[in-house]
Amino acid sequence: MELYSLTIHEIAKKIKSKEVTIREVLDSVYSRIDNLESKVNAYINLTREYAYITADKLQKRLDLGEDIGFLGGVPIAIKDNMCMKDVKTTCGSKMLENFVSPYDATVIERLESLGAIILGKTNMDEFAMGSSTESSYFKKTVNPWDITKVPGGSSGGSSVVVSCDMAFASLGSDTGGSIRQPASYCSTVGLKPTYGLVSRFGLVAFASSLDQIGPFTKDVTDMAIMLNAIVGHDDKDTTSVNLDKKDYTKSLINDAKNMTIGIPREFLKEGLNPDVKEAFDNSINKLVELGAKVIDINLEYIKYSLATYYIIATAEASSNLGRYDGIKYGYRTDKFDNLLDIYTKSRTEGFGEEVKRRIMLGTYVLSSGYYDAYYKKAQKVRTLIINDFKKVFEQCDVIALPTAPNTAFKLGEKSSNPLEMYLEDIYTVPVNIAGLPGISVPCGFDSSNMPIGLQFISSAFEENKLLQLAYTYEQNTEFHKMKPNI
Amino acid sequence: MSISREEIKHIANLSRINVLDSELDKYAETLSNIVDMANEISKLNTDDVKPTAHILESVNVFRKDEVKPSYSREKILANAPTKESGCISLPKVVE
Amino acid sequence: MEDKIKEYEVVIGIEAHAELATKTKIYCNCSTEYGADPNTHCCPICTGMPGVLPVLNEKVVEYAVKMGLATDCEIAKFSKQDRKNYFYPDLPKAFQTSQFDLPLCINGHVDIFVDGVKKTIGITRIHIEEDAGKLIHDEFTGSTLVDMNRCAVPLIEIVSEPDIRNAAETIEYMQTIKGILEYLEVCDCKMQEGSLRCDVNLSVRKWGAPNFGTRTETKNLNSFKSIQKSIEFEIRRQIEELENGGTIYQETRRFDDNLGTGYAMRTKEDAHDYRYFEEPDLAPIVLSDEYVNNIKNNLPEMPNVRRARYMEQYMLSEYDATQITNSKRLANYFDKTVSLCNNPKAVTNWIMGDFSKMLNELNLEINDSKIVEENLANLIKLIDTNVISSAMAKKVFIEMFETGKDAKVIVDEKGLVQLTDESAILKIVEEVVNSNDQSVSDYLAGKDKAIGFLVGQIMKLSKGKANPTTVNELLLKILEAKK
Repeated sequence: MELYSLTIHEIAKKIKSKEVTIREVLDSVYSRIDNLESKVNAYINLTREYAYITADKLQKRLDLGEDIGFLGGVPIAIKDNMCMKDVKTTCGSKMLENFVSPYDATVIERLESLGAIILGKTNMDEFAMGSSTESSYFKKTVNPWDITKVPGGSSGGSSVVVSCDMAFASLGSDTGGSIRQPASYCSTVGLKPTYGLVSRFGLVAFASSLDQIGPFTKDVTDMAIMLNAIVGHDDKDTTSVNLDKKDYTKSLINDAKNMTIGIPREFLKEGLNPDVKEAFDNSINKLVELGAKVIDINLEYIKYSLATYYIIATAEASSNLGRYDGIKYGYRTDKFDNLLDIYTKSRTEGFGEEVKRRIMLGTYVLSSGYYDAYYKKAQKVRTLIINDFKKVFEQCDVIALPTAPNTAFKLGEKSSNPLEMYLEDIYTVPVNIAGLPGISVPCGFDSSNMPIGLQFISSAFEENKLLQLAYTYEQNTEFHKMKPNI
Repeated sequence: MSISREEIKHIANLSRINVLDSELDKYAETLSNIVDMANEISKLNTDDVKPTAHILESVNVFRKDEVKPSYSREKILANAPTKESGCISLPKVVE
Repeated sequence: MEDKIKEYEVVIGIEAHAELATKTKIYCNCSTEYGADPNTHCCPICTGMPGVLPVLNEKVVEYAVKMGLATDCEIAKFSKQDRKNYFYPDLPKAFQTSQFDLPLCINGHVDIFVDGVKKTIGITRIHIEEDAGKLIHDEFTGSTLVDMNRCAVPLIEIVSEPDIRNAAETIEYMQTIKGILEYLEVCDCKMQEGSLRCDVNLSVRKWGAPNFGTRTETKNLNSFKSIQKSIEFEIRRQIEELENGGTIYQETRRFDDNLGTGYAMRTKEDAHDYRYFEEPDLAPIVLSDEYVNNIKNNLPEMPNVRRARYMEQYMLSEYDATQITNSKRLANYFDKTVSLCNNPKAVTNWIMGDFSKMLNELNLEINDSKIVEENLANLIKLIDTNVISSAMAKKVFIEMFETGKDAKVIVDEKGLVQLTDESAILKIVEEVVNSNDQSVSDYLAGKDKAIGFLVGQIMKLSKGKANPTTVNELLLKILEAKK
């Protein structure tokens, strides 16, 4: 069995027991990358040299009997919107094509302090705006299950590398579904933590009140391990919470008997692909078999989530992306006659279509005369959605939904109509609006053998419930063992 | 259409993005479609609802007034497109 | 034109920006120390790099509340920070984090004195915000250079009601605000370093007109001189414009100190839709009564209290007391000097008179001059003990100001000790009287003014050293005897 195909918990053990050296693990993963990268285009940038230097340092310490951390020697990939010191952080954009960050994101500091080795930065939709990774300036990542199809987005690269064993785990970011949807499209486990659980310091901001960093892993056990690694208060992020640290591996219990699962049947009535519906129904039946109780729940305002999202997210994004102005760093146009030119040309040339569209939309909803009708109104509807969820969680432990209404679509299929693309986020967006945690686990395949994801949502800070239910489901199914034939 | 050509021009200016005349109509249409979708929320009665600006309900998150070393000038200017005399430089385009 | 000006009422509102004297910036731990080499007090946060987040400096809130309490403001129980979005090279994030509709302090006031008359100027609000960087124009290369050291230095913006009516009131208002800031030690008020500056909002209207005229905003004035000159310029400009049938446009203006003229900044019509929205990366500020009271109870003696004390203890006039207590440094200087020479009236006169004049000419503050408290006290003591005459003291003072030498040293070096010996003076008086028959006759004939000439001659002959009082006494005695 190839080393690269193992899970974190398996490889970490082998490294610690010295059954394998860290170098051997890296060799295995990098040769896998070298083999597949030209087919899937998942990495923007590999940090090979740095990885090997780190590996040698860790090995030395390990050989001396030191504790190198519970992720000691484990190679991990990072979505390219998280700043990494002395490494290019491009956000998939021409605007930051050559930007070298002088500092590390807090999550990277944490991972490295626990012994993880960063393999490289993965491809993404430009500035995390998209659901297919097609808007990346650099390359088009493809779905390893069918290379004519998209991997999902915006964290497409991060999902693909885990799906293809080109990393043991990866980090992505999720603002409206950008971890969960690509996880479901590529058959990986993806989790968006409760807003505030993971530090955003160093995550290039898209929508400040919605963004969260989360892991992609091969199984739920690894997910618990990764959460242990990245969760925790950060003084540098005032939106990060200060709670007692949980050990998420304690939630890896194979037992659904005391779980009540709520399903918003009304919401699932329209727009759901029949194969996805079938896989979803089967999953629920499985969980019932395993002892879970299922009830119907009603989320009155959930259907307004997409509208609310596109107002709030674009408004915040329009402000967050103002700093990309051609003045201090990043792309600057080379032909200009005045200051307005520097700004306008740099931004017009440096940003792609989707980014420009969202900036304009965000500017519009915040502009004088429209602020109350759009932005303020959306913030009020947000309150309604949050309260909706709070009420529902009084009746159930977890909400279950398909992660996405469809499986992966063909490259180019939805590029011409942004609205169509946005509708792919319909089941994931409400979770970000409410700041809740959500996990996607593989739960089947459609008639073209494309992966389908099952999503669980819990109340704030109850990732333990998500992990328990997901673990139970996983341990009683075989979907997580399937790998793409690439 | 909910957003006119003129409004697109105005928003583009505020956003410091250039939209060619030939693109104005397409932009207006695309953005109008999205805005129409978003405008669904106008149907809801939110008179007694407070807007949510922060998901977490924390207040008074402060830090101490203690100096920490700054980054070196080299690091700060490393990504500047052009620099001069220890500063980011712009050709004289600013009044 | 002067007559035309009288037909108009001027309405002025002031927005003062004071850099808070915290050690670190508002949202990061970089130093706020002035004068560092460009871009050496920076980090990814204050330079707006991708991925960074702000964290509010607790002292900023404390200092803002102090100023609010000292100006009788209501301190907001709930307040928040908002993003003000616009593009300019000195603004790295392309938004300034400020406070829009829920500032920390509202509805305060200060009392000012102009020509002895008290007037209350309302303070609409005080809020916290971050400063922008500095743009330097390199004359040699023609480039514009961006120095981000000042980015994110904490500011409070103090907005007055449009209660001010002329330049004199504006100066008094700014002096008062400056005084309070210094007393609280929340700002070093070094205007030449830019730590206190103001924008003047000015409009004119014919007396009795029901509405305000259109106002212009002249920004970034950082000396009392330029505040005065820019106001005078703008009043004249607006009135001339209106008298000639023109229109006043609501515009942002600057004032060129060297040319002595104001000019409009080239603005784009839709320049200022700031698209304010609450800063998602910063939590709201909720201040308890306990927090506010704690600060209130620990406020230092405020200028108006000290002023009252001076009037009672030292018998200073309200005007003099106000002038001196307006600046904490000045008041402290006063206190120390008085303690050394025990003559508050003399100290007042020197400070309000020659000393002030010479400082203003050079745009200096009292602590910047070479004359320390001991020096001034010694000078006063020399006068009080009749060692030198007051006329001579004025000359000595000039030398003290220029060289920083102590009065006694100068007097000794230049041999300026006053001549007080009566017999010596008598000799000189007699000599002058004997050689100036005409003047003597004139005086005896009733021309009182002729005595002045005689006194002048006596002072000349004594090389200015004769004690004037003695001179007058003896001269009159002799002249009376001749009658």
